[in-house]
Amino acid sequence: MARNLADQAGGMQYLVSTPRRVVTVYLPLAIFVFVLLFPFYWMAITSIKSNAELYDTSHGSPFWVIKPTWDHFYHLLFETDYPNWMWNTVIVSVVATFLSLFAAVLAAYAIERLRFRGGRTTGLVIFLAYLVPPSILFLPLAAMVLNLGLFDSKLCLMLTYPTFLIPFCTWLLMGYFKSIPYELEECALIDGATRLQILIKIILPLAVPGLISAGIFGFTLSWNEFIYALTFISSSENKTIPIGVVTELVEGDVYHWGPLMAGALLGSLPVAILYSFFVEHYVSSMTGAVKE
Amino acid sequence: MAVISEGLDRRGVGWRRLAAIVADSRDLLGWLFMLPAAALLLVFLLYPLGLGLWLGLTNATLGEPGEFIGFGNFVTLFSDDVYWLSVFNTILYTVVASAAKFMLGLWLAILLNQHMPFKAFIRAIVLLPWIVPTVLSAIAFWWLYDSQFSIISWALRHLGLIKTNIDFLGNPLNARISVIIANVWRGIPFVAISLLAGLQTIPSSLYEAAVLDGATAWQKFRFITLPMLTPIIAVVMTFSVLFTFTDFQLIYVLTRGGPINATHLMATLAFQRAIPGGQLGQGAALASSMIPFLVASVMFSYFGLQRRKWQQGGRD
Repeated sequence: MARNLADQAGGMQYLVSTPRRVVTVYLPLAIFVFVLLFPFYWMAITSIKSNAELYDTSHGSPFWVIKPTWDHFYHLLFETDYPNWMWNTVIVSVVATFLSLFAAVLAAYAIERLRFRGGRTTGLVIFLAYLVPPSILFLPLAAMVLNLGLFDSKLCLMLTYPTFLIPFCTWLLMGYFKSIPYELEECALIDGATRLQILIKIILPLAVPGLISAGIFGFTLSWNEFIYALTFISSSENKTIPIGVVTELVEGDVYHWGPLMAGALLGSLPVAILYSFFVEHYVSSMTGAVKE
Repeated sequence: MAVISEGLDRRGVGWRRLAAIVADSRDLLGWLFMLPAAALLLVFLLYPLGLGLWLGLTNATLGEPGEFIGFGNFVTLFSDDVYWLSVFNTILYTVVASAAKFMLGLWLAILLNQHMPFKAFIRAIVLLPWIVPTVLSAIAFWWLYDSQFSIISWALRHLGLIKTNIDFLGNPLNARISVIIANVWRGIPFVAISLLAGLQTIPSSLYEAAVLDGATAWQKFRFITLPMLTPIIAVVMTFSVLFTFTDFQLIYVLTRGGPINATHLMATLAFQRAIPGGQLGQGAALASSMIPFLVASVMFSYFGLQRRKWQQGGRD
């Protein structure tokens, strides 16, 4: 089957000569890949260069490192609050993701399978909620958070992140639930199962791929969130990685590029690794969500 | 209610009966299941949306509720040159970056759709800019754009193309181009992978028929690829426009709106007025004034690009 599809994909390739393919496909693609990945290479190479090498471009090529050093990582991990920010980001992302998944599973099941009166409209409203950008909400939310006494706490991030995670996860899970045959549910109903039992024992196990994608999306979006965390958090001990790196590692007018790049690299790694494990999933579910 | 008030000893039974009624009714059960999502969205999304509109009509500061001042904030803003500059910047940024993301993204999608070795791997790594936190990649761009140690300047100087370092973020025109490039860099993978999904749904028989009819590569693209992709393009570009219009992170890291407000977007100006500036009311008014633009741009990209779909008789 896979073989078959591959044949189909290359169906008319014999019509195009190899030199022509190099110019029209491989060369532009190589440029794209180079441009898209170069900033990461530059991040990595900067983070292991010594300061002397960083600020002296007269010797050798700056594209390579002569004497790699772990100094910047050491500085980051033992002389700044970085491990703390990392921990905060993990906690906030995990809690916000699970909270959103819980709410989204119930909502998606209700809209897609219970088909209650007003369900279609609710689905549309939830989709519209996804279109409300955080840039409009952060100021009133800041006022709210302040009044609730949640300012400068991790709790306010855990409660506000679901506002952009729930709409997305619900929409994604609705697509998955739709593909599960109704017959399964009807059999269980005849056998006397309750809706909650059906959801937990039949629908969820079948929707595991959807749950994983929604979970990865949720975790990544929470990990990357910036504007809420920047506005609501002021003390270093509660900051997440994006905020900590931008506000604490930049000291005055002297930019410490080594630690900054090391911080950016370490902050990107967890999502990149998580993503690499589920990449097939990720790409297919994203395309699935777009096709909706 | 009668069920609940049946008395203490029978409460257990009453609750069970109530539970049975709810479980049997799809409507009640549906709303019960919606409860967690609805509660979170109502409290932390709908309420702040309304509160934002209200705050825009007050002279509130951070910590002070302030008083109702009608359209005072809007009057101040509309006579403020910096506000209009930020509106202009936002529109320029959105239009140029979205157009570039669309063209380059479509090109990349078509390239990735070719049959080649390591196809899956290349598709995976190309998504990387979209995965990593924007702020962190923005910091990498900040370093790439450094006025003294920029590797881009270094490379161009050694190739003999320029004499002195480029001041990427120092003057208005350069700064605008630089932030747009950084935004496009981050947005291409999303557009490309989404459009790639669309490309894969186009049956190859269409292309084979076109080849037999003697169609050129351009004709195949123009009369098969583009029309077949239109519905997906509409969705992808709606999202792209929306997120570009409300961008904050990239500007905050790279320029903070400078030089001389040349890269201030409405979102960054709202932040600056409200949080460091303390004028929460004015910031909220500024953020609210994004809504009409937002609705208009979403309508434009959605309906504008959606047109062909209903012309073909598909559902709207």
